Amino acid sequence: MVMYEKTAEHFGQKFKDLPEGHLLVNLGPSHPATHGILQNVIQIDGERVVDTESVIGYVHRCFEKLGERYDYNQFLVCTDRMNYVSTPLNNIGWILTVEKMMQIQVPDRVTYVRMIISELSRIMDHIICNGIMGVDLGAFSGLLHLFHHRENIYQILEKLTGARLTTTFCRVGGMERDIYPEFQTEIKLILKGLKPALDEFEELLIRNKIFNERTKGIGGISADRAIAYGFSGPNLRAAGVPWDVRKDDPYMFYDKVNFDIPVGEDGSALDRTLVRMEEMRQSMKIIEQLIDGIPEGPYHADVPHSFLPPKDRVYHNMEELIYHFKIIMHGVKVPPGEYYHATEAANGELGFYVVSEGDKSPWRVHVRRPCFWYYQAFPEMVKGGLLADTIATMSSLNVIAGELDC
Amino acid sequence: MKEKLTEFITTRFVDCLLPQRDINTNLLYFSIQKEKLPEVVRTLKDHPEFAFSFLNDLTSIDWLGKREPRFEVIYLLRSPKLGHFRLQLRVPVGEGESVPSLSEIFPAANWPEREVFDLMGIPFSGHPRMERLIMPDNFVGHPLRKDYPLEGPGQDYLIEDLLTIHVKEDITG
Repeated sequence: MVMYEKTAEHFGQKFKDLPEGHLLVNLGPSHPATHGILQNVIQIDGERVVDTESVIGYVHRCFEKLGERYDYNQFLVCTDRMNYVSTPLNNIGWILTVEKMMQIQVPDRVTYVRMIISELSRIMDHIICNGIMGVDLGAFSGLLHLFHHRENIYQILEKLTGARLTTTFCRVGGMERDIYPEFQTEIKLILKGLKPALDEFEELLIRNKIFNERTKGIGGISADRAIAYGFSGPNLRAAGVPWDVRKDDPYMFYDKVNFDIPVGEDGSALDRTLVRMEEMRQSMKIIEQLIDGIPEGPYHADVPHSFLPPKDRVYHNMEELIYHFKIIMHGVKVPPGEYYHATEAANGELGFYVVSEGDKSPWRVHVRRPCFWYYQAFPEMVKGGLLADTIATMSSLNVIAGELDC
Repeated sequence: MKEKLTEFITTRFVDCLLPQRDINTNLLYFSIQKEKLPEVVRTLKDHPEFAFSFLNDLTSIDWLGKREPRFEVIYLLRSPKLGHFRLQLRVPVGEGESVPSLSEIFPAANWPEREVFDLMGIPFSGHPRMERLIMPDNFVGHPLRKDYPLEGPGQDYLIEDLLTIHVKEDITG
């Protein structure tokens, strides 16, 4: 309660001398159009937005502090809760960082599966962003057309990891378990269904005249300003800057697959939607190149000191029992040093900066969340526009509260 | 490229660099005096060849009980011209000292600097609005500091002490 009073007092002071006819509109912290708990206090003159004040921190859990207490495999569950629309991307980003620090080389089979799941997650995230954007602008059916396919991807994740939302995919040194036998055929089926669905979605929503006129040129940002604000991912590419961590600083096998980077022109809400549509198609292209080539072999690296041995062997062999005990009690051993590893998550560059002193837990973890960097440009993007357009702008930015606050 | 950049920085900014320890890292890093930070960053940003025009990351480390001075503010710059090469600048800061803000040079530094102030308690001078960003305005303390109790305010012990407290209670009572 104290917190709300303080905030109200704060805004009362900032907007003390409102000109005649100006109004304050409180959008959030719990509002259908904010998708997650974040608040915008908007000063309007008639229908025009004069000033905006973003208040964040409602979902702050201080994962960076928790990371200093958890061991490296335990922190994985925190990454689940950052961008909760595409959890495997966060998991993979974290695991890759730790593996790079420990210099573990995982088998190709693991990397292939990780890449396929990464791209499926990207599709999942973009479906939500574009679909919900339609819902916010009053077109419900587009989302429903695609949601069926998103559900199919969730079922794959469920079979693979046992969870739908908080997947905790992968472990340091490999995956928790091997892929199941129908993995490839099921993904091919999903792709087969998704392709016409995307075309249908495009015709249904994006070629719709009302949607077009409500998003074209709305909430735009120039390439220079986007770079100055630290934009990355689809929002930056919509402004016409072809940066993608998968191309610029390739990790896994992204330098070996063939895909294009879609770019927009004026960084408006429509361009962001279109860039995401095309990215889904490019993700499907990447999956198609990988799905038939998953090599046979083990699903983890040969690192008994950091990868949990299979349970049935733990109960009968002494070595496995010792390793099991050591890993559970003391965690994996990461040599002292620092590492920054960036991956292209659904919203942009997701970076993990880890400082290790050789202990069970990192000395310091820092997460570079793409949402946090680009959301600070929101007041500038909506200034001078209509109040209704702020909804379109915010939806197209794909701000995820869990990632914003971390 | 790395050598060229190292040579440029070590010759151009002789009086700005601080002696630094060896770190096992994947980044090229330099320790910079905090007063000289805006000058160094601006030069690197406007340099025609290097052009570190993108502020990639901004964070801080608390070295309580390990190193002096206590804090380090970490800047990560990226140069799209140099094939998206990342350069790390480290600024050691003591308790109660402030760092010049970069929000004039990079608008992107606005929120991350407020976040560092909020969670680590390092103020930035020249910032347009040095207030808490994530925690509520009436919050006491800075959660990411090493001496802040993990379980929150109102508890004057750290989690390591928790075990010993309970053991003592068991013995005496």
